Amino acid sequence: MRALASLVCGFIFGWGLFISGMIRPDKVLGFLDVFAIPSGNWDPSLAVVMAAALAVTGLGYALARRRAPLLESENQWPTQTAIDRPLVAGAVLFGIGWGLVGLCPGPAIANLATLSPGVIIFVIAMAVGMLAYHLWEVRNAAPAEFSLAPASAKDG
Amino acid sequence: MANFTPISAAIGGALIGLSAALLMLLNGRIAGVTGIFAGLIEPQGNDRAWRAAFVVGLVAAPLSAALIGYTVPIPQMPTSTITIAVAGLLVGFGTRLSNGCTSGHGICGIARLSPRSIVATAIFMTAAIIVVALTRHTIIGG
Repeated sequence: MRALASLVCGFIFGWGLFISGMIRPDKVLGFLDVFAIPSGNWDPSLAVVMAAALAVTGLGYALARRRAPLLESENQWPTQTAIDRPLVAGAVLFGIGWGLVGLCPGPAIANLATLSPGVIIFVIAMAVGMLAYHLWEVRNAAPAEFSLAPASAKDG
Repeated sequence: MANFTPISAAIGGALIGLSAALLMLLNGRIAGVTGIFAGLIEPQGNDRAWRAAFVVGLVAAPLSAALIGYTVPIPQMPTSTITIAVAGLLVGFGTRLSNGCTSGHGICGIARLSPRSIVATAIFMTAAIIVVALTRHTIIGG
């Protein structure tokens, strides 16, 4: 049941990316290109996507705070609160990669449907980057804390 | 703003929000694609079934759109394979280091009013804007 619910959520998410145009790297780059504002070619669509998504997510989360999830014993809210160096450095690296191509993880995976060679290369490189981080994290982990926090316990 | 598509953006954004809200209300999970995907491919990954299901749903969406007659555009990618690979590596490593991407921090995190996610989103947006400015508006980008 949980997998089925998740499948439906992924499907809705993918349709959201498709309808909003955020599945298209050129449209995302059109938003990031703020120097196109003077010429009138700037595309603010991504801001509208975020605003709409935040409004609906905010409502859903407000409801979720009052009750346990339907198919699980409890909600797994992220626990990290520190604004630390890894957060800042990671966001900088991610932002550079995002700006270079216009793909972030969601649209990159959804675009695998097109079988575009460029997208396949991007997703493989992304997976390698994630696994490289994982190896680095394992190596850096102090022997005392051998249990790595599962990805799910973090922000997402 | 000839490229601005506010209505489809609002509908699509609301669907993304609905997905994030449902995943929490049903499974108690954050709809962060980075965390979902990383937990699927890491050796110590956990709960692979629902993660795989989410990814399958994500890919199935544009496929179903094509099946019912929509045009799913082939994404415009840089011509340089090296640029694509470097960008992919940066996105993969960076999103794990900061524990989230556009969905995890940008939507789920900001919806919780998490200062951490607000800071992360401001930073990756700014970095991306700078990169686009450099590649499109300076001699670096040709």
